[in-house]
Amino acid sequence: MSELALLVAALAAIAGLAWLPLSATRVLGAAGLAALAFAVVRHPLGNAAAFVLAAALGALALRAPPRVLRRVAFLVPSFALLVAVTTALMYLAPGSPFAQERALAPSVEAALRERYGVPESALGFFRIYVERLVVAGDLGPALKVQGRTVADLLAPALPVSLALGGLSLLLALALGVGLGVRAGLRPGSLTDSASMGLALLGISLPNFAIGAALVIIFSLELGWLPVAGWSGFRSALLPSLTLALPHAAVIARLARAGTIETLQQDFVRTARAKGLPERIVVWKHAAKPALLPVLSYLGPAAAGILTGSFVVETLFGIPGMGQWFVKGAINRDYPVVLGTALFYFGLVTLFNLVVDLAYAWLDPRTEEVAT
Amino acid sequence: MSPWRTAWRRVRRNRAALAGALLLAAIALACFVAPALLALDPQGTAPALRHQSPSAAHWLGTDALGRDLLARVLVGGRTSLLVGLAATLVSVAIGVAWGGAAGYFGGALDEALMRIVDFLYGIPYMFLVILVMLLFADTARGEALPVFVALGLVQWLTMARIVRGQVLALRGRDFVLAARALGASHARILFRHVLPNCGSAIVVYATLSVPSVIILESYLSFLGLGVELSWGQLVAEGVAVVNPIRSPWWLLVFPGGFLAATLLALNFLGDGLRDALDPRGGR
Repeated sequence: MSELALLVAALAAIAGLAWLPLSATRVLGAAGLAALAFAVVRHPLGNAAAFVLAAALGALALRAPPRVLRRVAFLVPSFALLVAVTTALMYLAPGSPFAQERALAPSVEAALRERYGVPESALGFFRIYVERLVVAGDLGPALKVQGRTVADLLAPALPVSLALGGLSLLLALALGVGLGVRAGLRPGSLTDSASMGLALLGISLPNFAIGAALVIIFSLELGWLPVAGWSGFRSALLPSLTLALPHAAVIARLARAGTIETLQQDFVRTARAKGLPERIVVWKHAAKPALLPVLSYLGPAAAGILTGSFVVETLFGIPGMGQWFVKGAINRDYPVVLGTALFYFGLVTLFNLVVDLAYAWLDPRTEEVAT
Repeated sequence: MSPWRTAWRRVRRNRAALAGALLLAAIALACFVAPALLALDPQGTAPALRHQSPSAAHWLGTDALGRDLLARVLVGGRTSLLVGLAATLVSVAIGVAWGGAAGYFGGALDEALMRIVDFLYGIPYMFLVILVMLLFADTARGEALPVFVALGLVQWLTMARIVRGQVLALRGRDFVLAARALGASHARILFRHVLPNCGSAIVVYATLSVPSVIILESYLSFLGLGVELSWGQLVAEGVAVVNPIRSPWWLLVFPGGFLAATLLALNFLGDGLRDALDPRGGR
């Protein structure tokens, strides 16, 4: 069972990192980060510039505080673990990318496997895939779309998914913080009950039902916005709103709780006693600590928005990354699945790292970021 | 009075939580008892009765194959409630063991266990769910078991983090030291002294996890990977028939209404439990 061996080895490697002494972690983390940066920027920037950038990042990582360092050291192994876990699961699943209506002759199938770099064993595939990725920076060929590479397929989908996700996150933040802080300023008021009722409704409906309701209201009844498709800003509004609403609801609840708690603190009383206008007290003094829980929710929110985008892309017929993942998974197109996996995981990981750094910067008290 | 009794009194005083609990009980009762009492058949097709709007014979109307929507909504509710409950139980089992071990033993083991949680947290869970569902693609398509397993496997992460945090805070308390001084084994300290004190956090989070599992199942149904006949699947069917000319609105409104009412009730109940079990809150 080479799939299980691969899975166990990858998990052991990641867990084993925890037992390394700090000095080893420091060197490994810096080297890993430099290698990763080099691999990512080599194609757009060229070898020399990429090398300089990677060396600079590595030097920076050598001096990072231990908490950040542990996360950085974890970065490269976790990408390897992602490829290993995804490969193992795909090989364990029944079916193969070369299964067709008419069974292929064994010699033909062997030739195809050889040509596309998809051997029978999961371990062999893992080795070929990682080698190709690291040495050539190549995501491999798409097995089910003749003559195209994974990079060809995903390149047009990438900006679409990024735009949809980014717009959704911004909408969720703006709506959630606006509603939540207003509600938290006057707990028990009509504004408070109305926004919290709305927020509760937002987390109590699946997003495709919200999306359908929005389409019925804004497209079919009022005719303001297009029903589906992806052609400019107007067509992006309904899908991103659909994606944003459940997260706006959670953010509103967090912002409300944070605001209520912060406004009871001594420094707020002091600021008020100084005679500062309420606007300054709220947005200058209270907002930062009150919104820390929102900041730590942004990581899960980004992952959640990407998850929801599978559904929303299907509902609105948007040509994003999600469709390729679902198609790839159903067709057992291993390189396509791995390519989308690396994209989603890289995005969420990067985002979590930035959120962590921002958190440590905004709240010097934190040693460990709370969930 | 024990903390649980105090909490129960506070829940009873919280009208929203009480209303949520009653509504939930009513919906569960309707789903599990009413189809048999009213002799409803969720699968019987009637080509002559396609897309009938609600009437005395079919209270909630009929679908594209003339099947009675009331029967389908109630029987589909069984699936959704069971999926929510079963996947939550799976997630509680894994999350409590994982987070408990990480928090109690600490050190490098904690580090190793929580790095794996962090890793899984970085993967959008839909991705994992779909990969795990693929494992069952041939053997159990449309059945409930793969969905329980797949959703439970991704749902335990937050539980593990919460339990770890609680255990970490309790580990150094005097009553744990006293137990250790008396020579109690690690297992006994963890299961008899530490974990019972995390009970309220576990109960609250488990209650709030049921609605999110039900929503996740509906995403799977929407993508055609879910359980046969669940609320998610019915809502997805309702969404599919939305059109500008003459929408059979009841196909979207009734399953969506049941789903939303259940999730609202669960969220009210969870929030109420959180307020009631919070040792700081005297409200």
